[in-house]
Amino acid sequence: MTVLVMSDSASLTPALQLEDLERHYGERVALSDVSLSLPAGQTLVVFGPNGAGKTTLLRVLATLLRPHAGKVRLLGKELPREGWAVRGRIGLLGHAPLLYRELSAEENLRFHARLHGVGELRVAEVLKAVGMEGRSGEPVKMLSRGMLQRVAVARAVLHEPEVLLLDEPYANLDPAAREQVTGLIGAGSGCTRVVCSHDPSGGVAEADVVLGLREGRQVMLKLARDVREGDIAGLYR
Amino acid sequence: MYGRGLRPLSLATAAAFTVALGLVFFYAPLEADQGFVQKIFYVHVPLAIVSLCGFVLGGLLAIQHLRTRDSRWDMRSYVAIHMSLILGVGTLITGSIWAKASWGHWWVWDEPTLVSFLIVFLLYATYQPLRFSIEDPERQSRYASVFAIAAGAFVPLNFAAVRMSTGYVHPRVLGDTSNLPGPMALTFLVSLLAMALLYATLCKYEMTAKHARGQVRALRRKLSGEVPAQGRSAAPRLSGPPALSGTPAPSAPAPLSPRPAGATATGSTTPAVGRPGG
Amino acid sequence: MSTGSATHPPSTPPTIRVHPRPPGVAAVVLALLRKEFLVELRTLESVPGMALFAVSTFVVFHFALDATSVSGKEASGVLWVTLLFAAMLGVNRLFVADAEQGGFDAFLLAPVDRSALLIAKALALLAYLVVFELVAVPAFGLLLLEPSLGQSMPDLLAVLALADIGIAVIGTLVAALAVQTRARDLLGPLLALPLLVPIVIGAAKASAPLLAITGAGGSPTRWLLGLALYDLVFGLIAYAVFDFLLED
Repeated sequence: MTVLVMSDSASLTPALQLEDLERHYGERVALSDVSLSLPAGQTLVVFGPNGAGKTTLLRVLATLLRPHAGKVRLLGKELPREGWAVRGRIGLLGHAPLLYRELSAEENLRFHARLHGVGELRVAEVLKAVGMEGRSGEPVKMLSRGMLQRVAVARAVLHEPEVLLLDEPYANLDPAAREQVTGLIGAGSGCTRVVCSHDPSGGVAEADVVLGLREGRQVMLKLARDVREGDIAGLYR
Repeated sequence: MYGRGLRPLSLATAAAFTVALGLVFFYAPLEADQGFVQKIFYVHVPLAIVSLCGFVLGGLLAIQHLRTRDSRWDMRSYVAIHMSLILGVGTLITGSIWAKASWGHWWVWDEPTLVSFLIVFLLYATYQPLRFSIEDPERQSRYASVFAIAAGAFVPLNFAAVRMSTGYVHPRVLGDTSNLPGPMALTFLVSLLAMALLYATLCKYEMTAKHARGQVRALRRKLSGEVPAQGRSAAPRLSGPPALSGTPAPSAPAPLSPRPAGATATGSTTPAVGRPGG
Repeated sequence: MSTGSATHPPSTPPTIRVHPRPPGVAAVVLALLRKEFLVELRTLESVPGMALFAVSTFVVFHFALDATSVSGKEASGVLWVTLLFAAMLGVNRLFVADAEQGGFDAFLLAPVDRSALLIAKALALLAYLVVFELVAVPAFGLLLLEPSLGQSMPDLLAVLALADIGIAVIGTLVAALAVQTRARDLLGPLLALPLLVPIVIGAAKASAPLLAITGAGGSPTRWLLGLALYDLVFGLIAYAVFDFLLED
């Protein structure tokens, strides 16, 4: 039994809407007053120095952290109340690969496939797509960081998410591997994407909207085509 | 708001204790077997009862915390358990003294109530270390509440289990008010009331102090614009920007504040950034 | 337009997505268990350690008690102290891989019922306990116990099963509480031991007559009932509060 969902139907309402989003860790403010909206299928690239709140933003969107104030609507569902409705439609690629070190790439992906109710065929398909079918039987602790990242990409797109949350997705990848995963997680993937980046030129190039964070606050929000040289560098100054 | 009622409550506690002590020393008759030492009963048993009720109360407050996600309930749960722990120390000490005086040993294993109390006390002794070793305050309060609920349910279960294991070795003349002669029962009930009032007063004092400290911090932060350094703590805090996680925003969302230049930009086909759909 | 979940090429934007139906609790529990046992088989971190610990403890008891054999109450005490402390080793390791390697996040990202994790972990711990007792209990019979285990075995199995269920449920709850703290190795046992006292009471009382030299016969039913009741109540408590340990 499957349920058909028209992903185009989301284009009337934005795929992602934030309104005065706030999140704290105790008294430390990790995010505050972040407001934006992103149409379905577009890419939001988030810039900001370390500790600016990029990872927190991704974790809030992934339903792993609850927002403390403000509104978050993802795919038309309000977080955290309707988090259950968007779980499984999100692909998260963070710093941690979310893979068990002792298990092989294939075993890890099979485990994730079962959690998401995805067929086993899909496991082989994504492994092939990231070019890891040759070493899919080794425990992932034996893999190099670049290969680990490729398996993590496969894991993130395994269940064909509609929203991709990517934290420096191309870290540790050589140009060839980067090319290979671009089809899965790049702008051509058809997903609504939120990408954290430290690469000004590459980041802006793949963005539709650019968000600048600093100490948890939204200091810049522009269409990618309006971003001027020095805008991004200014964030890190 | 936390300080309100503190004075009358304190006075009532002092009055109740005066009456209770008066009754204990001048009204209640000497017990035939144990003599004067039996008077510790009027301290020990109320201490134990109030302390156990406080543990269970902490669990109930923790349920409320998990349901509402309002950190004030966590504070109440914490204070209830904290004060119960302090009374619990008193219970164990007075129990030991009583055991030594009447049975000649500082500790007796065949007194199920005492043994159960020790087990409960040992469990709750991990409450503070548990809180202390979780750094994120929100997670700390959530985990503490889970602990408080499980432990609160454990209190009666444990009493049943220990009671079952020891059987009835000692005839429990003093355990049950219905068996007490009239004057003793009256004295006991007044002592229990005094102890309950003392517990309530102490809890209120601690909450008032915590609240005041939180307000001072918030004010200081407002004035100086910086957060004064603060060490890790096992105690929940009421200050802090996550005023009350999960509670609704104070009012309707304010009209969107002016954004930096370019903030109205969006994708080419959609309405303005930041405008909520509805 | 592609409609199959496994067919559309990754580079073309899909217009229709086929959403798999979220798996049911049983399927998720099975998936988690399979993963759990696979990791345990690869690392052998829990069960062999528990078994070895138990056997070493029996040796220590031999010298500490200065006894060549034990029976009755004493035997029951030695057995349950050993099993309990060995179980603590398994409890301490139960969630470590998930906490350190992102298993919690991976689970939370999936569209599944979160209680499945409690059920799967409790079943896994139960399985570890059973396997390790397959070594520890015969070793106890061999090394320390005076009467033979033979005729009292069926009753002892019932006691072990009921106690193991309780240890598994409480151990899982406590392990989930402790794993996110800095002092997890310390807090786990500190939290678990008082909560397990009623289990020890029931198990020790129930198994003492089984291990007596006289072979006095069956264990009183009320202890078995008490154990079962405690398992049930704590199972319900754990089920009610476990979800709150998972969110962030």
